[in-house]
Amino acid sequence: MPEARPSAELTNRVGLHARPSVKLTQIAKRFSARIEIATSLDGPWTDAKSPVKIMRIKAVRGEILHVKAFGADAASAVAAVVDLVQRNFDEE
Amino acid sequence: MASKPNVGVVIVSHSSKVAEGTADMVRQMVGDAVPLAAVGGNPDGGLGTHMTLVLAALQKAWSEAGVVILVDLGGAETNSEMAIEMMAPERRDRIVICNAPLVEGAVMAATESSGGSPLEVVRHAAEELMAGR
Repeated sequence: MPEARPSAELTNRVGLHARPSVKLTQIAKRFSARIEIATSLDGPWTDAKSPVKIMRIKAVRGEILHVKAFGADAASAVAAVVDLVQRNFDEE
Repeated sequence: MASKPNVGVVIVSHSSKVAEGTADMVRQMVGDAVPLAAVGGNPDGGLGTHMTLVLAALQKAWSEAGVVILVDLGGAETNSEMAIEMMAPERRDRIVICNAPLVEGAVMAATESSGGSPLEVVRHAAEELMAGR
């Protein structure tokens, strides 16, 4: 089944450090869809609702975050996550 | 969204500064959607933990969804266990002590709680830190 896999470049200064990770998971949890992110389309894909797992990616500025989601509200979930990254997590 | 209560988070340290600092981090990183209480030190202002202070924190952060406790060293855990025993019987089984580092565990638990997750999921989020490093 084809799926949209949008991506966004991490442009905030610190990358996926603690605070951005917490924000990302809080946004992800608003949706019922299963949401996963990865720094490569080949994976590994990480559960976007787990702050521990998101922080372990240790993604830094300049890396591309790929986002995919499965479920009824998948499209809006992906859009919300991409939007957060593009807004630099509202930090800068 | 149905407004279900979020799981409460209680921070128990031997130091009031550690407890307050940890609570500051939780509030700043996660926000105010989670019932939160932090205690540290003994009633004389020294280092230590005290059962009655922990009990007051449990009552302050009480949520019908339950409460997770994050502790630092040995006495924090035993005083937390005693404080749980002082709570009303129907509340005791909704209070758990997490096997997790104090600061990181508190932030992770609060993050999970702020998304409306149930008690066991919140506990798991804190304890996940110790697994698979």
